[in-house]
Amino acid sequence: MMNINVQSTNPTVVTFKDRSKQVFNQLGMLIILALLIAVMSVIAPNFTDSSNILNVLKQSSITAILAAGMTVVILTGGIDLSVGSTLALSGVISVLLSNAGAPVGLAMLAGAGVGYVAGAINGYLTAVPKLPAFIVTLGSMTYLRGLAYVITGGYPVVLASEKFKFIGAGEIFGIPTPIYIMAIVYFIMFVILKYTMFGRHVYAIGGNEEAAHLTGIKVNRTLINVYSISGLLAGISGVVMAGRLFSGQPMVGIAFELDAIAAVVLGGTSFVGGRGRIQGTIIGVLIVAVLTNGMTLLNVDYYWQQVVKGIVIVIAVLLDRLRSKN
Amino acid sequence: MNETKKQQMQHPSKNEQPIMSMKGVAKQFSGVKVLQNVDIELFKGEVHALMGENGAGKSTLMKIMAGVYQPDGGSIIYKGEDVRWNHPMDARSKGISVIHQEISLSPNLSIGENILMGTSLKKNRMGLIKWNDIYEKAEKILTSIGSSLDPRADVSSLSVAQQQMVEIARALSLNSEILIMDEPTASLTDKEIEKLFTIIDELKRKGVAIVYISHRMDEIFKISNRFTVLRDGRMVTSGPISETNPTHLVKLMVGRELNELFVRKRSENDTEKKNQQPVLELKGVSDKKIVKNVSLKIYPGEIVGLAGLVGAGRTELVRTIFGLSELSEGEIIIEGNLVQIKNPIDAIKLGIAHVPESRKEQGLLPNLSVKENIMMAQYFQYRKFRILQYKKINREADRYIQELGVRTSSKEQNVMGLSGGNQQKVVIAKWLSIGPKVLLLDEPTRGVDIGAKTEIHKIINQLAEKGLAVLMISSELPEILGVSDRIIVMHEGRLRAELTHAEATQEKIMYYATGEVK
Repeated sequence: MMNINVQSTNPTVVTFKDRSKQVFNQLGMLIILALLIAVMSVIAPNFTDSSNILNVLKQSSITAILAAGMTVVILTGGIDLSVGSTLALSGVISVLLSNAGAPVGLAMLAGAGVGYVAGAINGYLTAVPKLPAFIVTLGSMTYLRGLAYVITGGYPVVLASEKFKFIGAGEIFGIPTPIYIMAIVYFIMFVILKYTMFGRHVYAIGGNEEAAHLTGIKVNRTLINVYSISGLLAGISGVVMAGRLFSGQPMVGIAFELDAIAAVVLGGTSFVGGRGRIQGTIIGVLIVAVLTNGMTLLNVDYYWQQVVKGIVIVIAVLLDRLRSKN
Repeated sequence: MNETKKQQMQHPSKNEQPIMSMKGVAKQFSGVKVLQNVDIELFKGEVHALMGENGAGKSTLMKIMAGVYQPDGGSIIYKGEDVRWNHPMDARSKGISVIHQEISLSPNLSIGENILMGTSLKKNRMGLIKWNDIYEKAEKILTSIGSSLDPRADVSSLSVAQQQMVEIARALSLNSEILIMDEPTASLTDKEIEKLFTIIDELKRKGVAIVYISHRMDEIFKISNRFTVLRDGRMVTSGPISETNPTHLVKLMVGRELNELFVRKRSENDTEKKNQQPVLELKGVSDKKIVKNVSLKIYPGEIVGLAGLVGAGRTELVRTIFGLSELSEGEIIIEGNLVQIKNPIDAIKLGIAHVPESRKEQGLLPNLSVKENIMMAQYFQYRKFRILQYKKINREADRYIQELGVRTSSKEQNVMGLSGGNQQKVVIAKWLSIGPKVLLLDEPTRGVDIGAKTEIHKIINQLAEKGLAVLMISSELPEILGVSDRIIVMHEGRLRAELTHAEATQEKIMYYATGEVK
């Protein structure tokens, strides 16, 4: 059969410019991350030390796990502002349960479960009464944080169990446990988004909810699952965080949702939904982490670091807009 | 033809210069010629009826007059000057107003604000709006058209007819000299229509030229002075309304050859079909909005055309069958079983497929590949331990692309990069993948070029031959006539006529669709 090309650019005459554009579209932020690493390796002292690299990865693991959930939410065209508060509440509850004598595994599961439930409620309110996700999760951001304060009376709860600490502060073969967890989360999310029906439905809904509905996709159920996943991952982060801090702290994780959103956007996921990849998000996380780490090593003032990070995010989104135009 | 030429030459009773004359106007959208060589003249104080089927080019012509579109060719002479509108505001400031079919008011603002929205509002010395001034002015305009609406009230509290009054008042606030009315009576009651006509008479006396678009013959003959008929984007004829009659007008509107289009071969005889069990049967189906008491049967392998004007309730009927609007009364029966369809998922499980009216908003999954668009509805069949088996999916997608002749660079191509016709094939392929029994098509070839149109007609025909029951909405009469075995005509939510292929003609369909009783 004759193959008539309908693209605006005819691929039979691919110029160098077209090809480099294509490469940039596919690799995009990865190139920027590579450049950033190259620059930091040269100018920042001790940047390439293995201990520093593990440190960067360990410090970014919490944001990375939150951002994985956030990616799925943003792919549907939604937002989840509650992840930082969920993290705090989950950490507090799991530490309290562990201190009360619950087996470590159970206490951790409960922490993750709290996140799952919080996410499911967000999802239900977004999907069924069709409340705006921004408002729903703004509300849960506030009440979940409030609950964490209520339960603890506002004070950190010190973790008694040594075993519990392993999840946040332990090491396996010299590599910190949170890095393994982060890697597993990203692998699973990659498979879910690319190789399951649920994952493809996420893209379909984000692209055109009406068309997805008419295609017979269970839009509401999918949305509830999407927010549940984000909540679950926030819950897991909370448990990891508690292990790392040796305590459940009600004030931990403030503004973490913004770091996660920034990473997702840096990773090229479109804010209107339907376009983006989980691989992009981890690159976004690492760009921020490398930038922060490098600036710290270079003794850049903390306040200036904030300014630079903010500008980088805006420029990245600007680049993304230019990219999606062609 | 000589006669029509003569009619064009005739001017209205008053022998004067036209306020606007358009000559040789042409317009195309992505290669499709929507208007070609259209001439039209408007005179002060006349009502000029613009007639034509759906898609004849009336809306486009209207939008060119109002500056929404710029013509690709031809000229517009307004008050003796050659003009070119770059923006709707240009036309509006020169005295050309449009009352759109869909009311375009801001519901949460007051009537007064809505009326004066297009004008520059009076401000006080502080640069703030003088509200009393606005309300006074608005009230004056409202009284001039005999309306007693309170300019301080919110628009959202008004009935549709009252909102129409506000629209008219707004047009008058701009001192319009040409007023374009697009189906202004579509949502009005008889009483309200009477009132509208009094206002129109008043405007005529004031010397406003009115372009009046309507499908209702009785209205046209009641209020217009002259008419212009468009067909397939060309001007057919123009003349005084006194020189024509409804039958003649309908003939002018539909008179088209069928030769370019696909014509289905109908070999089976009807009596044989009637012994079979219908695939889809509706008994007294009504929805909560417009559809009233519709009953019909569709047999295996049959293509039933659903004709009617825009707003006749055809789309709503199809949406009710697919579970998108609520069934308020009646029964839907699939292969002899009474079924409950609450949502599209129920419908799909029963083997009902629906190709929606608007491809971009409802049919396609943007940013996704052709492959995903085709296979999305049946991913559940290609899973092993919940993991999608892309090898099988790819094979199936290739098969559908080949079977339907979708022209795409590859199955991984983003679906938005395809032409309209190929996008439509992708939407159809999506539904074939579920192995449907009933195929509901809503304007399957809208915005598709003639070549792809014929291909889509062939596909529909092949599907029917495989035993599918097809219900096809189309506003194009040649398409309905060429493809359907049986034609159902709807008017104002009701089934008005059922015609066999043999007895159906464009004229007959138009009669029933416009609500004329023959």
